[in-house]
Parts: sequence; structure tokens; C-alpha cells
Amino acid sequence: MNFQLSEEHQQLREMIRDFALNEVAPTAAERDEEERFDREIWEKMAELGLTGIPWPEEYGGAGFDFLAYAIAVEELSRVCASTGVTLSAHTSLAGWPVYKFGSEEQKQKYLRPMAEGKKIGAYCLTEPGSGSDAGGMKTTAKLDGDSYVLNGSKIFITNGGVADTYVVFAVTDPTSKHKGTSAFIVESTFPGFGVGKKEKKLGIRSSPTTEIIFDNCRVPKENLLGEEGEGFIIAMKTLDGGRNGIAAQAVGIAQGALDAATEYAKERVQFGKPIVVNQGVAFKLADMATSIEASRLLTYNAAWLESNNLPYGKESAMAKLMAGDTAMSVTTEAVQVFGGYGYTKEYPVERYMRDAKITQIYEGTQEIQRLVISRMLTK
Amino acid sequence: MMRDMVRQFAEIEITPFIERMEQGKFPHEILKKMGELGLMGITVPEIYGGAGMDFTSYILAINELSKVSAVVGVILSVHTSVGTNPILYFGTEEQKKKYIPKLASGEYLGAFCLTEPEAGSDAGALKTKAVKQGDHYVLNGLKVFITNGGEADVYIVFASTNPEKGSRGISAFIVEKDTEGFIVGKDEKKMGLHGSRTVQLTFENMKIPAENLLGSENTGFKIAMANLNIGRIGIAAQSLGIAEAALEAATGYAKERIQFGKPIAINQGIGFKLADMATSVEAARLLVYKAANLQSLGLPCGKEASMAKLFASKTAVQISTEAIQVFGGYGFTKDYQVERYFRDAKVTEIYEGTSEIQRIVISKHQLKMK
Repeated sequence: MNFQLSEEHQQLREMIRDFALNEVAPTAAERDEEERFDREIWEKMAELGLTGIPWPEEYGGAGFDFLAYAIAVEELSRVCASTGVTLSAHTSLAGWPVYKFGSEEQKQKYLRPMAEGKKIGAYCLTEPGSGSDAGGMKTTAKLDGDSYVLNGSKIFITNGGVADTYVVFAVTDPTSKHKGTSAFIVESTFPGFGVGKKEKKLGIRSSPTTEIIFDNCRVPKENLLGEEGEGFIIAMKTLDGGRNGIAAQAVGIAQGALDAATEYAKERVQFGKPIVVNQGVAFKLADMATSIEASRLLTYNAAWLESNNLPYGKESAMAKLMAGDTAMSVTTEAVQVFGGYGYTKEYPVERYMRDAKITQIYEGTQEIQRLVISRMLTK
Repeated sequence: MMRDMVRQFAEIEITPFIERMEQGKFPHEILKKMGELGLMGITVPEIYGGAGMDFTSYILAINELSKVSAVVGVILSVHTSVGTNPILYFGTEEQKKKYIPKLASGEYLGAFCLTEPEAGSDAGALKTKAVKQGDHYVLNGLKVFITNGGEADVYIVFASTNPEKGSRGISAFIVEKDTEGFIVGKDEKKMGLHGSRTVQLTFENMKIPAENLLGSENTGFKIAMANLNIGRIGIAAQSLGIAEAALEAATGYAKERIQFGKPIAINQGIGFKLADMATSVEAARLLVYKAANLQSLGLPCGKEASMAKLFASKTAVQISTEAIQVFGGYGFTKDYQVERYFRDAKVTEIYEGTSEIQRIVISKHQLKMK
């Protein structure tokens, strides 16, 4: 990878940092408390071109690369992890499969409005009985005339309820486990599409997570994404890239926590001197900064590989694994630096710590990342 | 290309020599061949007989050599970063012409004498004294933990010329091995890095010509500190090499070793261990090469060099420890290389600035950040 960020990447980072500080950060705590998704923030992101960073201009995107996208998710997550994951799920999980596997018509009809931010995207893979074992899904899709009829329920859907365009996986051939799955583009306005229970969560509370119910939901045949039976491959490849987005989110959360802890450690006076004068605190900050830098390099490297059409499955799994663990350990230590104050809602570090946990779980748990990496190592 | 060349050299020329180094034999023969290939002066400009390559090429070489032998890696690192570079950066034209071509060709080996019994991390506290008498200086004192000591031909020696001024009263000198009063003392018996000599050096009324003062009087501390980043990235690359070798050995063994009717790698207890090891190694590699890239471009890299050194050395210790675990009882024996990696790894957390010193550097940078 090129270790020097280009001028364009640096400018993009500054632009997003400004936006994040001015438009996203001020309400982050309040939105977290109220579990409130803010569509106005989304619309401002769309105006800035953040909703379609890696997609070509012909599809309404910014024509930038995956590194730029990772930087955007990182900088948003540095102030608000919920906003970061909204963009990540929209881009990596909904936009990406349409861009990679969609027909020209599907791209114009669905990718363009998503890239322009007029529509929000979501991804429906997980079911109550099928988490890491994505092949065990029960939602079915039966061809009936010129449409498929979907029945089943999906859970833990990020952007659920607020999204307009859903990439949905369902079984078209129950006799074949992996090759019997297909992917569909489903609009929230299709008859039989329903939004179920909204989850109450530990963190990323201003990002809605809901159940999505398909009750004889009719999806036009032309909304089949890729070939029939190609769904499992589409799902897995999408997650490879999605891992980069979550790795970037984790790096952002960790950096936000370190920013806060560093500032506090310089200002907080105990025993007549700032607590940072103690090596017990300063060395903690040094270790936190080093882990973040390592995680960031892994994330950028995976994004760079993807941007250059090189294999990145192992690298994105490594990035997600280390960045997720780093986010968890750094945010925990940040609360420690703040002491009792860190445990209160007066400061943002307790929110960062709650938000960090999910990065070790979604887009493939840490255990699944280790499975991916170890299989590649020993094959 | 550089990587392939060094890798091939290491595998063909160094591997057969490992056993002798483990017995304590210093690898002169290897260094001679490295000199012929231009590896002893990779970053030295061609006008002084070097290969004139960039810093990243040098780091690639340390990385690849250390995968086979951490001993050869550290010898080259010390020879280049603190044996040769101080003369290259601070020497007069005469000093450069006299010493650099011989160091770059491998005819001379370089070393660096800063540490003393009471002056480790606190390098400014050194007690060795240099007193000017006419056209020479007279040095008296004791230096410890000198890598390449006794084998090297040229030593960059630090001594106080103005003890009242502490670190601002230190000067640097170029000292040749056969100078009268230069006494090689105790050879350290070490946990690892067998084959790399680490000795005490005593200077007894050692007379050094005034023209061998490096830089001006009392600027020695600056000279000592000037190559810190280069030295740290070098040791970070050595650590990375050790970690890579341990990971490679453990992965290979886990695929072959059959227990309960299947390769042990199939068990998540082993497979996940390997995944964590590989992830740390990949992160260490990126930190090392990012720091090297900054140094190659002449950009500030103090924080990045310390992060690379801190992270890569910790990774080397962890990975080599886990590698032995993967090998089980066999890993504890000398039949396999992993116990050597384990012993060699520990010192990377200590020399060229302990991990604690790296944390001091990093936290200072971190606190300056907005």
C-alpha cells in the first residue's frame, strides 16, 4: 500500500472531520439517549456526497475509492458510531452487492438513488436461527408468475425501518444448502414488507436495528440480484467488504476515545499535577495510540487492496479483528483514565465503550474472523 | 528484488551457519559475503562506496536476514545505524573518506559505545571522560553491552568532555580497535543472540587523535540521539523477522502434526491462535514499513519509529512464545528453531530504547496532539 495519503484523501478527511464536529457531534449524546435516528444528518451527508463515495459518477457516486470511504466511516464514528454504521451498512452492505452483481438497469434504478442519498440501503441476511451459520436461513422465495413471493423474518437489520432499499437473502431451492440461496432487491413499499420489533441496545442506539418481516411479499422477477442460487456467494463477498467498513468504524470509535482521554489526562489535576505526568496514565495513552495506529494501517491496507482490485479477504478479516478488539480495549481504558467521571453521561467515553462492543460482533464475530484467517493460513 | 535477493542469500548462506553461531561463533564469513553483495552499506551513497539505496531497502534486508538469523540482523543494524551513519552524517570529509568506504564494503565492522553500568536509558549520565591534551584526547572509562564489541574495527565512543554540563558536555569520538588502552573485557553470556558478541570495553588512558573527534566538542548527545529513529526502525524490522519466522514455523507444524487422527491446525484452539498471531504480524509489518517509508522520504517519524519498535518487539515475544506452545514438547527442544526465536526475541524489547522508553516518546507525541 501507499503509506502517504493523497492530497484528495487528506482534504476529504478534513472536510468530514469538520462536518462531524459541527453537525454530528453536538447531538450524538442526545440521539443515543433517545434512540433517535436523525434523517437531517443523513440529508446533509447526501449533500456532501458522502452517501456514494466509492461508486462511479455514472451511478450517482463520488467516483472515489474504498480508502476514501473508510476514512469517511472512521471520521464519522470518531464522534458518533451510530452515524458511522448507518453509512457503512448503506454503502458496504446494500450499495456494494448492487454495484458488483446488479444489472445495468438495477444499478440505475437502485444504486443511483442510494449513492445520491435519496434512498437509504439495508441488508437482510441474519435470522433468529441463522447468525454466523448464514447457510441455515429459513426465509423462502418462491417463483410465482413474474414475481417471487418471499416469506420469513429477518432480525438485527441495521437501518431497518429507515431504509428504502433492502438487499434480502432467501432460499429458492431448499434441497441445496448454499447453492439454494438467492439475493433480491426489495423496496420498503412492496406489499407484504413489514418492519417488526425495534431492538433496544447497549450501544449504537441512534442507529435503528429492527426485525424485517416478509409476509407473502411480492418481489418482481427482475429484482433478483445476480443469478438464482448465487445468493450465498453474494452474501459472503459483501461481508468481506463490509468488514472494512466496520474496521473503520472501530478505528474511529477508538480514536474518539483516545482524543477524549488525552485531553482529560492533560487537564485533570490530582496531587498537584496533571494526571498525565504519571507514567501509569501516559503509558496507557501510548499503548492506546499504538494499537489504534496498527488497526488503522490494517484497515487502510485492506481498503487499498480492494480499491486496486487485489484480494483482500484475509486482510479485511485481520483489520476487523484487530480494530474491533482495539476499540473495546481502548474505550475501556479511556473510561479508566476519566475515573468516576468516565462512568457518567457527562462525558462521551461511556458511550464509546458501549458502542465499541458491537464491532466485535457484527459483520462476522471475532471468532468468524479467526476462522476466515486460520483457514487461509493453513490451506 | 532486494527482498528476493536477501531472502535467497539468507537461506543459502546463513542457514548452514546457524548451528555454529548457536555455539558462539561470530559470523565473519557471512559478513564478508554480505559486503561483497553490498549489504554492509545499503544506504551509503555510491561516492563513499555504498549501494546508494533508500532506507526502506535497508529495512527489507534487516527484516529478511532476521527471519533466518536475528544475530546477522542485529549485527547489520548496529553496523549501519550507529556504526556507520554517525560518521556519514557528522564526520568531516576526511573522516568519511577514511572510514566510510571500508565500512560500506564490509572490510571494517562498526560498533557504538554509549551505554555504561550507570547510564542505560539515562544516557546523559555517562561517566567515561575525555580530556584534551595537546593534539589528542585521553579517554578513561567503562562501557557495557557493546554489540559487535571485540569484533568491530571502528567504534563510535561517547565520553564527557565537560562533566559539569551533563548531557550537553558529551563528545563523540571515532576509535579504532587496535588503539593502545582499548581493552576488551567480559563477554556477556546471553539468553539469546548467540553468535553476536556483547562485551564490556575498558578505556585506560586511551589516546585518540584530535582529528577523530566526531562533530564539534560537546555535541555528542545530539549525535547519539540523531540516529535513534533509524536504529529503532532497524530493531523493529529485526523483531518482525523473528515473528514472521516463528509464525511460519508454527503454521507449517500445525498443518503436519497429526493428533486424534487429524492435523492439529483443524482445532480452533490452534487455528485461532495462528489467526491472532498472523494478525499481529501483519499489523507489525505495516507499522515497520510505514515508519521506514517516512524515514526514506525524510519526513518526521519519531512517533512512528517508536510505535513500530514497541509493537513489533512485543509481537516477536508473544508470537515466539505461542509458537513453542503450538509445537508442544518438541518446541522446547533444540530439534526445532522456535526455542531460538523465543530466546532471541526478548532483547528486542530492551535494546535501542526499552519498551518503556518508547512509551515515553509516544506519550509525549500524543500529548502534543490537538
